[in-house]
Amino acid sequence: MSAGIVTAAYIAASVLFILALGGLSNQEKAKRAVWFGIVGMAIAVFATIFGPEVAGWSFMLLIPLMGIGAFLGAVVAKRVEMTEMPQLVAALHSFVGLAAVFIGLNSDIVGTHGLVGAEVSIHEVEIFLGVFIGAITFTGSIIAYGKLAGKIDGKALILPGRHVMNAGGAILSFILLIMYMGDSGSWTLYLMLIIAFAIGAHLVAAIGGADMPVVVSMLNSYSGWAAAATGFLLGNDLLIVTGALVGSSGAILSYIMCKAMNRSFISVILGGFGGPSGPAMEIEGEMTATDAATVAAQLDEASAVIIVPGYGMAVAQAQQSVSELTRRLRAKGKNVRFGIHPVAGRLPGHMNVLLAEAKVPYDIVLEMDEINADFPETDVVMVIGSNDIVNPAAEEDPNSPIAGMPVLEVWKAKTVIVSKRGQGTGYSGIENPLFFKENTRMFYGDAKASLDQLLGLIS
Amino acid sequence: MRIGAPKEIYPGETRVAMTPASAIELQKLGYECLIEKGAGDASRFSDQNYKDAGVKVVATAAALYKAADVVAKVRPPEDIEIKRLRKGQTLVSFFYPAQNEKLMVAANKKGANLIAMDMVPRISRAQKMDALSSMANIAGYRAVTEAANSFGRFFTGQITAAGKVPPAKILVVGAGVAGLAAIGAAQSMGAMVYAFDVRPEVAEQIESMGAEFVFLEFEEEQQDGAATGGYAAPSSPIFREKQLEKFRELAPDMDIVITTALIPGRDAPKLWLQDMVAAMKPGSVIVDLAAERGGNCDLTVADKKIVTDNGVTIIGYTDLPARMAAQSSTLYATNIRHMMNDLTPKKDGKLKHDMKDDVIRGATVTYKDKITFPPPPPKVQAIAVQKPKAPEKTADEIKAEEAAASLKAGKQQTMLLIVGGLIMLLIGAYAPASFMQHFIVFALSCFVGFQVIWNVSHALHTPLMAITNAISGIIILGALLQIGGHGFIVTVLASVSILIATINIVGGFMVTRRMLQMFQKS
Repeated sequence: MSAGIVTAAYIAASVLFILALGGLSNQEKAKRAVWFGIVGMAIAVFATIFGPEVAGWSFMLLIPLMGIGAFLGAVVAKRVEMTEMPQLVAALHSFVGLAAVFIGLNSDIVGTHGLVGAEVSIHEVEIFLGVFIGAITFTGSIIAYGKLAGKIDGKALILPGRHVMNAGGAILSFILLIMYMGDSGSWTLYLMLIIAFAIGAHLVAAIGGADMPVVVSMLNSYSGWAAAATGFLLGNDLLIVTGALVGSSGAILSYIMCKAMNRSFISVILGGFGGPSGPAMEIEGEMTATDAATVAAQLDEASAVIIVPGYGMAVAQAQQSVSELTRRLRAKGKNVRFGIHPVAGRLPGHMNVLLAEAKVPYDIVLEMDEINADFPETDVVMVIGSNDIVNPAAEEDPNSPIAGMPVLEVWKAKTVIVSKRGQGTGYSGIENPLFFKENTRMFYGDAKASLDQLLGLIS
Repeated sequence: MRIGAPKEIYPGETRVAMTPASAIELQKLGYECLIEKGAGDASRFSDQNYKDAGVKVVATAAALYKAADVVAKVRPPEDIEIKRLRKGQTLVSFFYPAQNEKLMVAANKKGANLIAMDMVPRISRAQKMDALSSMANIAGYRAVTEAANSFGRFFTGQITAAGKVPPAKILVVGAGVAGLAAIGAAQSMGAMVYAFDVRPEVAEQIESMGAEFVFLEFEEEQQDGAATGGYAAPSSPIFREKQLEKFRELAPDMDIVITTALIPGRDAPKLWLQDMVAAMKPGSVIVDLAAERGGNCDLTVADKKIVTDNGVTIIGYTDLPARMAAQSSTLYATNIRHMMNDLTPKKDGKLKHDMKDDVIRGATVTYKDKITFPPPPPKVQAIAVQKPKAPEKTADEIKAEEAAASLKAGKQQTMLLIVGGLIMLLIGAYAPASFMQHFIVFALSCFVGFQVIWNVSHALHTPLMAITNAISGIIILGALLQIGGHGFIVTVLASVSILIATINIVGGFMVTRRMLQMFQKS
């Protein structure tokens, strides 16, 4: 295959990738859009393999390697539980990071053939950048994976002088870059690799569980930029295009998540959770417990019901029970809808996927902005395993650490039923005045067990 | 222990303090329930109903007082009922201790413990036993139906074949519980409802019920409802003048006026004066819910319905809740039941009179031979202190702010473009042409990416991450290009890259497909 045809194939692949991402604007188009992506990828890979730059004998290696990879990928994709999506996404990011590191190192080994003047410097910067971003993505994703899978403690790791450490690492890496460009040898690259690994791990370790949606989208972005850097390194436009698409996608997701928490991107990335700026407002009243029979009666009388799921629903694997409850209530002619906060769960859109898995129709699953105005006309709101995203302190208490964060205004409904494990505070450790409101009833217990109890009473 | 409800002996009183439903709940608390024969008749609860609910029917009041450890009543006790009390017995009823001092002293002499339902503090926790509110709610509703009964026209506006009917205009003065209930009832019958209250913070509640708040232009230190436990306080003479002026202006327009203005511990303020009644149209109706305390209207006669010379009906009934006995009894009995619930924390049928509890302490009038009225102020305030509001912005100010914001955004964008352009120039000046070509591709792709991703639906963010994951596996191209022999190490590293990138591609696409397949429309 000639270089011209390869380039043509790359153009086709780029267009297909853009269509694949654009297709995600709605659920029906999206199913088609995936095929665009798959075909684009196939075209790109085949064109490269049969292109002029790949030696003939490497087939011997490629076929088993890609066979094994495809097999492993398929197994993982088949087996993964929908509640485990955040971990899977994080793990896949780490692969891209690691590949970028290897390709960068390879380029260093291969050397700068046939390049002159500024081209050499640019090439060296590209290698350095590719390895740097790749390394951060790699270790960052591994730590994120560990946290999401519960293999390491989800709490933010706050080391003294952590900002200084990060900044120091970055400055040191920059110095190493200057030395690398000054022909000090490959050891500078390897030293920087180690530093970048440390920065990546430390950055993510300092970010707590509830900020994970931002971290995962940020790593998504990094993996894109790593691919783009590799593209520059190899002079491959398809890599650049795809990397830029993925990178901007991740960046936008991070931005949306930060907006949804009313926090600046920088403050999330630098980790830790801002302490309160003053004494928190005193909460008056008491928590009123309720039982399954009362909740069933209330649901039976209600005509409009909104369910607000959170990470607790994912933990308790309660989505099937929620779906069944929804089905039965809808069969009785009640208007049942779902209110999804952008940062509910540990991954952007996590709740939507879980509900979709449990066969909740997507047209009754609404975003925060679409449903917030409807709470005053709602009879019963069921809050299942969410906490901070329904905390009225965000609007009422200017001293609250989450002040100004947009929240679902569930307390405006006639009755709020909170399904919750115990009386503790949520991830952020902030008291939730919602639980103390007069129209709130606490339905203690594991979300799945509670819902199953309810299902026994609602036919 | 035994809890008993006697038949009310006050003339015209139809309510009863225990219903079959509340008796069932009381039995769950461990109490044995007694009722005087025929006590529930006026509320349409027969003795048989009570028996079915497990209540023992006692023939006479005397026997009931003898048998019961706790007596639940509606009206304050009469002299004869005080005589029947004994030491250590608990009486739960309305009492109005401030007005009934003699009764209080007499009951204390008998050694009975008195819990006054009208003294329950107005805090959130105690709302379930706030009998004044439940009765006021009924009074407000009944006021509207009484008015409708005396009013010769529809409430709702209609255009019929027989001509056009204008909607009735109703003014509710005082938007407390009764006022809000009246607003709700009148609104649901289709009338045009206006409401007034001296407390500006209730404007929101009035509007939430669908009525129009009658706004008074008046510059004065706004009174804070929090200081008076959520009730209104007397207003200044100048304010009063303004208020009357407004009412005078409204009077000829209004078909029905419902007044509910009361200030705790005082006579009802006179708000609807003779000249306003005179200004009203014939056939108009005034319902004065403050009649018991002298009435808000000059011409009100307590317990009577009168018609003035100009044909305005003025209703001064003071027994509105008793006119809806079944409803009142149900709610009152539930309030009593909640009170007993708090008095029986262990649910073992044993009364625990905990004077440390804010609510119980507040409601207790006599306890262990001592008069405990008036109670100390409750620790918890009834409603939160009003925060001073920022002055409303005028339309001009808002416009100016918007203009400033858009100017700022414009400036920011221009600055960004200039800075970006300069950086590009800088790179262009040093970088070789081949790099710049790739850079164009990169910059354009970023733009395309931003445009495309903004349109992705929120619900599909997880599939978006999975598919971007899959396509970032495109990094495999890099490894493919390198695998063709540059020594052993390069080949190994490239091989590993190919392996993991393939996992990424296949895994990513498959999991995306799996997810998208799950999204189903109903």
